[in-house]
Amino acid sequence: MAENVALTGNDSAAYALRQINPDVVAAYPITPQTELMHKFAAYVADGEVDTELVRVESEHSAMSATVAASLSGARACTATSANGLALMWEILYIASSTRCPIVMPVVNRALSAPINIHCDHSDTMGARDSGWIQLYSENCQEAYDNAVQAVRIAEHPDVRLPVMVCLDGFILSHTLEGLEVNDDQDVKDFIGTLDRPDSLLNVDDPETFGMFTLQNYYFEFKKQQVDAMEKVPAVIEQVGQEYGELTGRSYGLLDPYRCEDADIILVGLGSTTGTAKQAADDLREEEGLKCGVLKLRTFRPFPAEQVCRVLSGADITGVLDRAVSFGLGGPLFHELRSARYGETAPMIDFIYGLGGRDLSLDNVKDIFRSLAEARDSGQTEPTTRFVGVRE
Amino acid sequence: MRTQQQTPSRTVPLYERPAALLDVPAHYCSGCGHGTVHRLVAEVLQELDIREKTIGIAPVGCAVLAYDYIDIDWSEAAHGRPPAVATGLKRVHPDKIVFTYQGDGDLASIGMAETLHCANRGENITTIFINNAIYGMTSGQMAPTTLVGQKTATTPLGRQPATEGHPIRMCELLNQLESPALLARVTITTPRRVRETKRFIKKAFRYQMQGVGFSMVEVLSPCPTYWHMSPIDSFRFIEDEMVRTFPLGVVRDVRNRDDAAD
Ligand SMILES: Cc1ncc(C[n+]2csc(CCOP(=O)(O)OP(=O)(O)O)c2C)c(N)n1
Ligand code: SF4
Repeated sequence: MAENVALTGNDSAAYALRQINPDVVAAYPITPQTELMHKFAAYVADGEVDTELVRVESEHSAMSATVAASLSGARACTATSANGLALMWEILYIASSTRCPIVMPVVNRALSAPINIHCDHSDTMGARDSGWIQLYSENCQEAYDNAVQAVRIAEHPDVRLPVMVCLDGFILSHTLEGLEVNDDQDVKDFIGTLDRPDSLLNVDDPETFGMFTLQNYYFEFKKQQVDAMEKVPAVIEQVGQEYGELTGRSYGLLDPYRCEDADIILVGLGSTTGTAKQAADDLREEEGLKCGVLKLRTFRPFPAEQVCRVLSGADITGVLDRAVSFGLGGPLFHELRSARYGETAPMIDFIYGLGGRDLSLDNVKDIFRSLAEARDSGQTEPTTRFVGVRE
Repeated sequence: MRTQQQTPSRTVPLYERPAALLDVPAHYCSGCGHGTVHRLVAEVLQELDIREKTIGIAPVGCAVLAYDYIDIDWSEAAHGRPPAVATGLKRVHPDKIVFTYQGDGDLASIGMAETLHCANRGENITTIFINNAIYGMTSGQMAPTTLVGQKTATTPLGRQPATEGHPIRMCELLNQLESPALLARVTITTPRRVRETKRFIKKAFRYQMQGVGFSMVEVLSPCPTYWHMSPIDSFRFIEDEMVRTFPLGVVRDVRNRDDAAD
C-alpha cells in the first residue's frame, strides 16, 4: 500500500534506496548529503536491507568501489555532493564508459572556493559531459520518484548508463515535506532484478573492463556511449509512464506548466521551478501576464526537440541558471540557445542563487516582469543578467 | 629581624590572552578540544616570536574556521590536502613558518596519501593533528581513528574490525618512514597534560625554525557532541579508553633531547 509520509529530501532518497535494496553502497560523508547515508546506515544496521555498506576513505574510492561492484554484477549505489563529486571526477567517466548502471543521488552544493555548503548546480553542471544521465528534482516527492525510476532507466538493456538523481542541497535535502511513498513490494516488482549480461566473476565468460585502447578502438567506445545516450529519452518516457500507471504520478523529460498559452516562459531546473510556478500563477491573476514555466527534469540527455516545441509559442524566454560557465554564461541558457538555433524570439539568461543565495518569490516575479518589459521595448540587452548579486 | 621589602606597585599579568588569539566567540561546542589547542598554538607563536612569519593551513573539518580565531595568515585547503598545500607554500617561502592543523578525517582518511608523502619527503613543516576519533563537522561518522566497537552515525552497532578495519595509529605509521623528525602523541585532559601538549607544539615549531624537518603532534581531543557524552565524561573516555588504543608519548624524536623543548 502506498503511504503518505513526511520526509526530508535526504530521507526520501534514503527511503528509495532502502526499497531498491542495492547489493553494495560505498560512501563518504559530505554536507548536505550526510543524513542520507546516516539514514541508510541505520537501515543496514536494522537489517532492513541486505546491502554491503562500505565506509571508504574518500569519494574517489567510493566511486571506484561502486564501479567495481557494478562490474561484478551487483546493483551498486553511492551518494555525494559538491567537492565529493569533484573528487569522483576521474571515476565518473570510467563508470559511464564501462557502462555501469549506477544510481547516485547528488545533493547539489556549491563547489569551493570559497568553501560553501549551500545549494547551487556548479557540481552537477561540471559533470554534464561525464556520460551520466542527469535527472533534477523539484521537490522531495520527485527526489524519491526519480531515485526509484533511475534504477529502471540505468539498467535498461538499451541504456546501461549511470544516473545522477539531483536534489537541491538544504532546500530539499533538509526540508520536511509530505509525500507519497510506494509499497515496498511494488518498488521491488517495478525495478525487477538486475540482469547484467557481461559481468566480472562469470567464470564461463571471462571479461576485461576498461582495457587499454588507443587509436584502434577508443573512438568506437565513445560512439557507443553516444548511441546509448540517444536511446535514453524514449526509455525515460516509457519508464515514467509505467511509473504513472503504478503510482498515479507520471514523468517525462520535461514538465511544462501553463505553457500552452504563455507569452513569457521561464525555464529552469530543480526546486526553483516550484517558486516559479507560484510566480506564474500570481502574475497571471494579479497583472494579467501570461506566464508559464518549463521545468527540465532531464538535463542529460538534453531534450532539445521537446524543449523547442514547448517554447515555440512564446514571445520571450527567460532561463534560470544556478551555475555559471566562466567565459560563456549559464550552461542551461547556452544549451537552450543552441537547441533553438534559427529561432528569432529573444532569450535572456538569469544567473541566480550561487552558493545558496536565496531567490524569493518576489525575485522571480521581477524576472517575469523584466521579461515582459524586454518583450515590449524590444530591449533585450544584456542577455546575461545576475540576480541578487552585489556589484 | 628583617623588614619586608616594599614591592614596587607594578602589575605582572599571570595569565592573558595571547595576541594572536582573537577576542571573538568561537563556534566550537562546549567541551571541544579545538579551542584549547588553538590557544596553545597562539601562545607558542607568541613565545617563539614567529607570529608575523607564520602561515597556517586550515583543514576541512570543524577547524575550518581556525582563521577566524588565530590572527595570522592562512590558506584554506581542500579536504585532506593541507600537507600538499603546506609543501607548496614552504618550498616558495622556506623562511616562513608553515603549519597544518587537521582532524583525523582530513589527515588520516581522505588525505592519508598527502600526509604520508609529505612526511616521507621530510618537508620542514609542523602538523597539529586533532584526533577525536570521529568526523565532527559532518556530524559524527566513523573516522579511521574510531575505536573498535565505538558507535558512530555510520556504524550504529559499533566499529567492526572485520569490515571497517582497526583504528589507524598515525604516529606509529609515520614512524615507519625515515624522514620525520618528531612524532608525539599527547592529550589535554588535565592541566599537566595541557602543559605537556604545549611543550611538544613548541618543540615542533622550534624544529621547523631549526630546519630539522617534518613534525607531527597528535592531540587526543574530545568531541563531546558526537561522542554523546558530557565534557567531563569525554575526558574520562580519553583517559580510560582512547589511550589504550593510542598510547601517549614520543614515538620519534630525532634529536631525542629535551633541551629544545621549552
Ligand atoms: C572532498 C570532500 N569530501 C567530503 C567533505 C565533507 N567533510 C567535511 S569535514 C569532514 C570530516 C572532518 O572530520 P575531521 O577531519 O576528523 O575533523 P573534525 O571535524 O572532527 O575536527 C568531511 C568528510 C568535503 N568537504 N570534501
Ligand atoms: S562537533 Fe566535536 S569536534 Fe566539532 S566543534 Fe563540536 S565538539 Fe568540537
